[in-house]
Amino acid sequence: MITLDQIEKNQRAKIVSIDTDLLPLKLIEMGCLPGNEVHLEQLAPLKDPMYLVIDGCHLAIRKETAQHITIDLIA
Amino acid sequence: MTTNLNVALIGNPNTGKTSVFNALTGLNQKVGNYPGITVEKKQGSCRLNRTTKAHIIDLPGTYSLNASSMDESVVIELLLNKNDKDYPDVAVVVSDIENLKRNLLLFTQIKDLEIPTLLVINMSDRMQRKGISLDIALLEQKLKTKIALISTREKTGIDQLKEFILDYRSLSKESITDIHAIDSDYFENLEKVFPNQSLYKLWLVITQDVNFAKLERKKVEDATDYKTQSESHLKRLQQKETIKRYQNINNALKETYTVDINSATDIRSRLDRVLIHRFWGYIIFFMILLTIFQVIFDWSSIPMDFIDKSFSKLSELTKANLPPGLFTNLLAEGIISGLGGIVIFIPQIAFLFLFIAVLEETGYMSRVVFLMDRGLRKYGLSGKSVIPLISGTACAIPAVMATRNIENWKERLITILVTPFTTCSARLPVYLILISLVIPEGSFLGMGYQGLTLMGLYLLGFVMALLSSALLNKLLKIQSKTYFVIEMPNYKLPLLKNVGITVFEKTKSFVVEAGKIILAISILLWVMASFGPGEQFNNAEEIVRQEQAQYQLTEEALSTKIASHKLEHSFIGILGKTIEPAIAPLGFDWKIGIALISSFAAREVFVGTLATIYSVGNDQEETIKNRMAAERKPNGEALFDLPTGVSLMLFYAFALQCMSTLAIVKKETNSWKWPMIQLFSMTVIAYLSALTVYQILA
Repeated sequence: MITLDQIEKNQRAKIVSIDTDLLPLKLIEMGCLPGNEVHLEQLAPLKDPMYLVIDGCHLAIRKETAQHITIDLIA
Repeated sequence: MTTNLNVALIGNPNTGKTSVFNALTGLNQKVGNYPGITVEKKQGSCRLNRTTKAHIIDLPGTYSLNASSMDESVVIELLLNKNDKDYPDVAVVVSDIENLKRNLLLFTQIKDLEIPTLLVINMSDRMQRKGISLDIALLEQKLKTKIALISTREKTGIDQLKEFILDYRSLSKESITDIHAIDSDYFENLEKVFPNQSLYKLWLVITQDVNFAKLERKKVEDATDYKTQSESHLKRLQQKETIKRYQNINNALKETYTVDINSATDIRSRLDRVLIHRFWGYIIFFMILLTIFQVIFDWSSIPMDFIDKSFSKLSELTKANLPPGLFTNLLAEGIISGLGGIVIFIPQIAFLFLFIAVLEETGYMSRVVFLMDRGLRKYGLSGKSVIPLISGTACAIPAVMATRNIENWKERLITILVTPFTTCSARLPVYLILISLVIPEGSFLGMGYQGLTLMGLYLLGFVMALLSSALLNKLLKIQSKTYFVIEMPNYKLPLLKNVGITVFEKTKSFVVEAGKIILAISILLWVMASFGPGEQFNNAEEIVRQEQAQYQLTEEALSTKIASHKLEHSFIGILGKTIEPAIAPLGFDWKIGIALISSFAAREVFVGTLATIYSVGNDQEETIKNRMAAERKPNGEALFDLPTGVSLMLFYAFALQCMSTLAIVKKETNSWKWPMIQLFSMTVIAYLSALTVYQILA
C-alpha cells in the first residue's frame, strides 16, 4: 500500500482509505472515496500538482493533499 | 392573464448550465447582485405557452449543497427559504452526459428538499463519440423524475424541457435517499426532537453556515440532543452521506448507463499532452497572451478613430445648432466630451472580454491553473490565482470576486491584495492615448513599438503583482490549511451565443457603470472649470486685456489667453494649483493634477477629464488626442513628451485609483484594514516610481 502522491503514469490503483479530517469534503464529493479507481493522467511540469482521473472524474490536486489518500496498485 | 413560474437552474460548474439558461432566455436576461453580497444574480424570462411565463434564475454552479463559498451558500439560502419571492416552483438540475455520476450527487440532494425536481442531461451530442448509451425511461423511474436529454450545441431538446417545466405539477417530490441509513441513531434522535420536519433540511441547517437559517439554527442548537456532536463527527457523517448517495447513484446507473470504451475517441488527452506540456504548454500560453494584446491594439483602432471623430463632430454640431448659452456649453463641453472619453474604448474592452470568455468557455483556463500552480506557490499564490490575475485585465472587481474559489485563506488574501496591479481595462484608455502621443510608430520584428509598449505595461503589472505577493508571503503570518482541488473539464468549442451574450452583458455593464460616474464627474468638472471665485476669474477679460495691451495681439490670440486665465483661476484651477507642487517633480502640471484627482473615482475618467478641461472655452472642436498633443509647457514644448508620458503611465500602472476596488476588497476581506493598506502602499509605489523615471528621463 502506498499513498496517492507516489503513483506513476500508466499505473492504475484503487483507493483503500482516506483521511477524512484532512481532506476537503469537496474532493470526497467529486468521487475520492474508498473502492474507487484512480490513475495519473499527467504531472504538472514542476512535478506538482497531479492531474488525476478518479472514478471517471478528471481533477487536479496537490501532492500534499494526495498524501492523505492510501491506494493499492492494480497489477 | 399570464401566470408566472419560478424556475431555478442548478448544476455543477462546467455542465453547460449557462448555455441552457441562454437557450431558454436569449437576451431576456439581467445580471445583478444578491442583496448585500457581491454574488452575481442572473435571471431571465422565457415564455412557455400563451398563458405561462417562466422566471428563470441561473444559480451559481456548485458541486453539492455543502457550501464552501459565498456563491454556493446563495443556492442553499434560496432553496431552504420558502418565503423568498424567487423560491422555485420547479428545480431544474443540469448535468452533463460525461460526468453524469458526479452530477447526480447534487441532484439527489436537491431531490430531498421536497421541491419538484427535473433533470436535464446536456451535451447529448457527445454520446455517440464517447460510446455512451442511456436508458432514459428506466433512469427516470429510478430517480423518480423526468429527464430532458438536450444539446445546447445542436439546439435539441429545449422544447421538451419547456414542456416538462410547464407540467411541473406531475413531478414527484419524493426523496430517493433514505437519510436514516446514514446514521440511524443520530437521525432518529433528530426526528424525535423535531417531529414532522424534513430531516435533510434540518441536517443542512445544522451543517451549513448559511445566513438565512440563523433563526432556525438557534432553535436547533437549543435542542440538547444535537449538541453532543463534534465538528469532526459531523464531517464524518457528511462523508457517510456522500458514500450513501453514491451507492444509490451507482445502483441507478448500473442498468441504465453504459460506456463502450472501444468506440470512444478522446481528443482531451491528445490536447492535454500539448497544452500542458512542460515546454510547449508555457510557449503556447505566452503566444496566446501576445496575440491578445496585438489584437486589442490593432483591430480596435479603426472603430476607435471613427468614434473619436463622431464625438467631436457631435460636439461641434451641438454648439452650432443650439442657442449659445450655459446649457449648450455644458452639453458640448462637459457631457459630450466626457462621454466620448468612455464610448471610444468600447471596441477594446469588448475584445478583451471576448478573449477572456473564450479562454474560460473552452476549458483552457483550468489548464493554465494546473500549469502555473507550482510556480505561483513560491510567491504565496495558488494556481487558481491565475484566473483573478487574468480577468483582472478586464476589471479588478470581478477578479477580486473570482478569488472565492481559492480554498486557502492566505493565498486568497494575497491574491486579492495584488490583483489591482494587473492592468485593468480602465487603465487601457490612459495607456492608449499616452502611447499614441509619446511612443513613435515604427516597428520591430513585425510588432509595432506601440503594441510592444502596451504589452510591456501589462507585463509590468503582472511582475509587480508577483513581487508584492512574494513580499506579502514573507510578511503575513497566517496559518491555514492548503486545499487545492480543481476540475479539469473536457475541451469544448465555445458556443457563439454564450460568448456573444457574455461580451455584450459585460461591456454593457462596464459602459453603464463607468458612464454614470463619468457623466457626473464631467458635469462637476465643467462647473468647477466654468466658475471661479474673486476678481481674477470674474474680471479675467479686463485683466488680460490690460496686461497684454502693449503686445498688439490679434483678437483670437487674446481670447485664448483670456480663456486660459479664466481656467487657471476657476475653482478647479485653484485646486489643481494647490497640488501642483507635489506632482511637479513627476512632470505633471496642474491640469494633469485635476485628472489625477478625478481618477480616484475611476481611472478611465482621466481621458474624459482632460478632454473636458481642454475643451472649456475652446471653440475649435478637436479630437481628444489632438487637443492633448496641442498642450504646451510654459516654455512652448509639448506637455506630453516622453518623460511626462512614461511617468504618467507608471503612476497609473501602480496607483490604486479606484473606489469600487476598495469597496469590493472591504467586502471580501470583511475589514477596512486591507483596502487601506493596499491604497497606501500602492500610492507610495506609484509616486516613487513615477518620480524616479521622470527625473532620469528628463
